[in-house]
Formats: sequence, structure tokens, C-alpha cells
Amino acid sequence: MAELPIDIALTEGRVPDRTPEEVPELHEVDCPEELRKRIEELMGRYPDRRSASIPALWAVQRLYGWCTPEGIRQAAAVMRVTPAYLESVASFYDLLHTDPVGTHKVAVCTNISCWMRGGDELLEAFKAAAGDDEDLFVTGFECLGACDIAPMASIDERYFGPLEAAEAKTAIEQLRTGADVLPEKALEKRPLPGGPDA
Amino acid sequence: MPETRMLLKNAEDPALPTLAGYKGYGGYATLEKAYRELEADEVLKELEESGLRGRGGAGFSMGKKASFLPRGGGVDKYLCCNADESEPGAFKDRELMQRNPHQLIEGIAIASLAAGIGHAFVFIRGEYDSQADVLDAAVAEAYEAGYLGKDILGTRRDLELVVHRGAGAYICGEETALLDALEGKRGNPRLKPPFPAVQGLYGGPTLINNVETLSNVPGIVRNGAEWFKGFGTEQSPGTKVVSVSGCVRRPGNYEVELGVSTRELIMDLAGGPPEGREVKAFYPGGSSSPVLTAEEGLDLPYSFEAMAEAGSMLGSGSIIVADDSVSIPHMALRTARFYHHESCGKCTPCREGTNWTVKMLERVVRGEATPMDLDIVASVQENIIGHCLCVLGDSMAMPVGAMVRKFREEFEAVIADAAEAEAVPA
Repeated sequence: MAELPIDIALTEGRVPDRTPEEVPELHEVDCPEELRKRIEELMGRYPDRRSASIPALWAVQRLYGWCTPEGIRQAAAVMRVTPAYLESVASFYDLLHTDPVGTHKVAVCTNISCWMRGGDELLEAFKAAAGDDEDLFVTGFECLGACDIAPMASIDERYFGPLEAAEAKTAIEQLRTGADVLPEKALEKRPLPGGPDA
Repeated sequence: MPETRMLLKNAEDPALPTLAGYKGYGGYATLEKAYRELEADEVLKELEESGLRGRGGAGFSMGKKASFLPRGGGVDKYLCCNADESEPGAFKDRELMQRNPHQLIEGIAIASLAAGIGHAFVFIRGEYDSQADVLDAAVAEAYEAGYLGKDILGTRRDLELVVHRGAGAYICGEETALLDALEGKRGNPRLKPPFPAVQGLYGGPTLINNVETLSNVPGIVRNGAEWFKGFGTEQSPGTKVVSVSGCVRRPGNYEVELGVSTRELIMDLAGGPPEGREVKAFYPGGSSSPVLTAEEGLDLPYSFEAMAEAGSMLGSGSIIVADDSVSIPHMALRTARFYHHESCGKCTPCREGTNWTVKMLERVVRGEATPMDLDIVASVQENIIGHCLCVLGDSMAMPVGAMVRKFREEFEAVIADAAEAEAVPA
């Protein structure tokens, strides 16, 4: 029988059979120097080092593409917390991935304002354009806070919109070839709707 | 109708996000004056007298909130700027941070002075990566210029400011969940009391304010409370950056005096619905505000008090317009799905209530429900409201309850139509 994820003794009110998870030692985890320094710098910003858990997990994800079990152990060793603690944090948040994802991340908003303006169709168009390419991670997402450019997508953490379904194909091609993605549709290029000092 | 730009003044200038650009318009002069010449109590009094109400959703008096913190030293106090803007329909804080980050930093520094705070954080949603980069650069410039850090302008006052990126969870906009997330935990709300002003971040007294609220602070301290009260209404002074989206021709952020005509805001500034369409209903204050029908809402002044009197709320000041092409039952389902996804699961009425509401609304749009099920949907909403640790559950229950109540016939018609389509042999 496969090992249960919980200690059965706990459910029976007995003293746990297993030893509790321990904080890994740095020499046990082979943490890259760069990551260790980054996390230590992050911990230094807060009155309590544990406040750095989300930033540390971001650092792990930026290095490995997702929050790998090894990466989490490395961060845990630097932060002096258990890997389970960091895993509990990582699994709570939508942007931290505890499973492998593609290099390029496309999040298409399907919330109210985007839905009204074709967000569902845009998501389907991105999925169709990406096909089964494992390098591309296309997902529907809750409101990204850019209803002014609905329907929109966050592509590698930058916002683009309003997008026509046909532009999904263009964007995917640009991601594949390493070209600038939809430069004309970047949020930063958009003026205020009322014009300058209306 | 013209806009009244205070917070978005000069916002089209590409140099405004830089220290030099901001100082070119008189930026940081108020911080210099406040730190060098004013007592904390004077600043606090000005903020209280201005009547500035929180722009994040609850609309509570900002000055009063700051006055709840214990006075004097001896205890570490904290300020958290809530930049987790994740409410469907809201995108004003994104604009304010992207176009004028120094205005926010100056506001944080002055508010910290008023409440005797030495540590401040901006909790920004992880999706706003680009805006967080802008803030990071601005914070670095402000440190360099001596507006942040140790011994600010030689006044022996210190303020550390850290931009903290979240990682994708609507619940972290709830103030106590934000504190847990900032302490490095899963973002679960805490039981209140104790309120954050008494026991917040790291157990210390904590002031939590929204981006737009804090962005108003430099203007108030520079020009005085009386000046500020010259804009807006008696109970809703000042201007408001209103995010208008959905079925309008010019969606975007518009800064107007509170109390302007809602009709003009939607029809004139945002261009109204597309040709041949009419406004059917709208959320006046983000997806958690009870929807108003066009008849109920368009002729109201856009203020905290008028929206409350109409049984809804101004919330974060985000209008989502639905025109006559939008199916209200489908919009209710979309709304419920969001809150179901974002419920943290800590308390039962929210976790189960959002789950069952989604399941029942899915049955409604599939035609598998009966009109009696609509009564059950309505009663589930009533049983969520006021029964949770935080207002996330209420935030679904209020708009969904309002939609079922106000558009009951449309829900019944959707059930009947879908059932009929099912019955027709293929």
C-alpha cells in the first residue's frame, strides 16, 4: 500500500510514528550561490525573516521556471523554515506553480468585463494557437485589473489589450520566434481615455 | 462633462514617474514642509478634518483610522499600503502607481509621519509586475534623495519602505489576510477584533490604506482640509478615480468630483453602450456591489451616500456596465465563479456558500433548475451575509442576491428556454 501523506498515528491520538519534518541544512541542498544571496537579501528587508517567503518563492520560480521541490528545499534551508511551510505558502497562490509549466506564460482574463467583450473566445484562440507546445503555458485567469483594455491577456507578466482573437496567433508566433510581442497593444502605450488633462 | 484631475494631473507626462519629473511639478515640497515644519498632530488633524474617505471599498474616514493608532513611541508601528487591487472592475490603483508612483510614496511618508510610523510596506498584487517595477525604481530614487530611509532630511525621523509583491490571491486585499500574507503565510483573514490599528502586522499597531487614499494625502496637506472639502459632496469630499468598463465605448479611468451624475459618467465620459444598445444594469462599485438597474441607478449622484441609500455601494469606485445584450443569469454565474475561486476556505458559509451558488447557477443556465431553486439561491446568499470572518462571502452574496431579486423573470426565462431547447429532439 502506498504511504499515506499523513501520519496515521495522529488520527488515532497516538504519539506520531514519524519524526517531524526538519529544517534542511544548507550543505544538504546544494543551493546556488546566487539564489542564497538573493534570499538572504530579501530576508534582510523585513523585521521578521519569514516575511520573505513569497519573495523567496518568486526567486525560486524565476530561477527554475516553477517552484520545484528541490528549489523549495533550497529556499527553506536559507530561510531556516521547513520545506512543508514554504510549500503550504506556494500552493495557496495562483501565480506560484508547484507543477512544471512552460517557459512562456499567457494568462487570459475571463472575468466579467473581459467576458462581456470576448474573453472566452480569446482564451480559446490562444489555446488553439499554442496547441500542445509544452513551452507555452496558456491559462484562463480571474480579473487581472485591466478591464479598460478588455479583452486582455498577461503575456510573460506584461499586459496587452484590447485583443482580437486573431491576434492570439500573432502573439504565439512572436513568442516562439523571440520577437517583441504585440508592441502596439502594450498597456504602457495606452493614453488616458480622457486625453491629456481633460 | 469634464474631468477634475487632481491625482491624475500631468499623468500623461512620460517623465512624471521619475523623481525629476515629479519634482518639476512641485513634488516632495509637501513632504519637506511636513517633516521640517509640522507636528505629527497637525498633519493628523488636517487629514481628519478633510473628511477623506478610504478609496479601497469600505469608505471609512482615513484620518480617523490613523487616529486609532496609539500615540507616541515605544512600540513599533507599521503602515501597509493596500495595492492588491483585485476586485473585478477595478483598475485605478494600477493607473495611479504606473503614472505617478512618487505621489503615492510622498503620501505614505506623510501619513507615516502623522501616525508615528517607522516601517511601511506597499503590498502590490503579483500580477502588477510592470507597476511594481515602476514603484521599485521610484522608491530607490526617493531613498537616494533622502525622502526615505534614516534621518529623513536631517529631521532624525526614519522611514523604511518596502515594495512587497503578492502572488495571486484576491483575498489578500482583505486587510487582515494582507497582514498574514505579508508575514509570509497563506493569506487567510484573521478574526476581528483586535483591529489592525491595535494589533496588526507582527502584532504591532498598523495603519492600512488603499493606494488612492494615500495618493490624496500630499494634496490635502499641501492645500489644506478646506480646499479638499471644496470638491465633491459634504459626505464624500474630494475627487475619485473611477474605473469604467464593460459595455461602454471608451472604457478607462476617469477622475471626477464625487457626487457627479452617474449618467454623465457612463454615457458621456465613457461613451455609453455601443450603437443601438441600452444600459440594462451596472455594478456601481466593483463586482461585489449589488447591481443597480438603469432606472434605479443612472440618475443618482456618484457618491458614497447616494449609492448606499440606493441599497448598493460606491466601493472601490469601479463601474461595470451591462447593456441589453448581456444575460444577467450568466453574469451572476461569472460573478459567483470568481468568489468561489478566490474563497480562502477558512470559514464554512463562504467556502460552501460560494461553491453551492456556482453549482445552482450552472443548473439555472443549463435549464435544470426550477423557479424554486431561485428561492434557494436567494436564501443561501442571505445565510452568507454577516456570517463570515471577512466580507469575501458577502461580496458574492450581495451582487448575486440583487441580480436574482431584480431580474427574477430573466432567470425564470433562461431556465424555461434552456429546458425547452433540451426537450427538442435533435
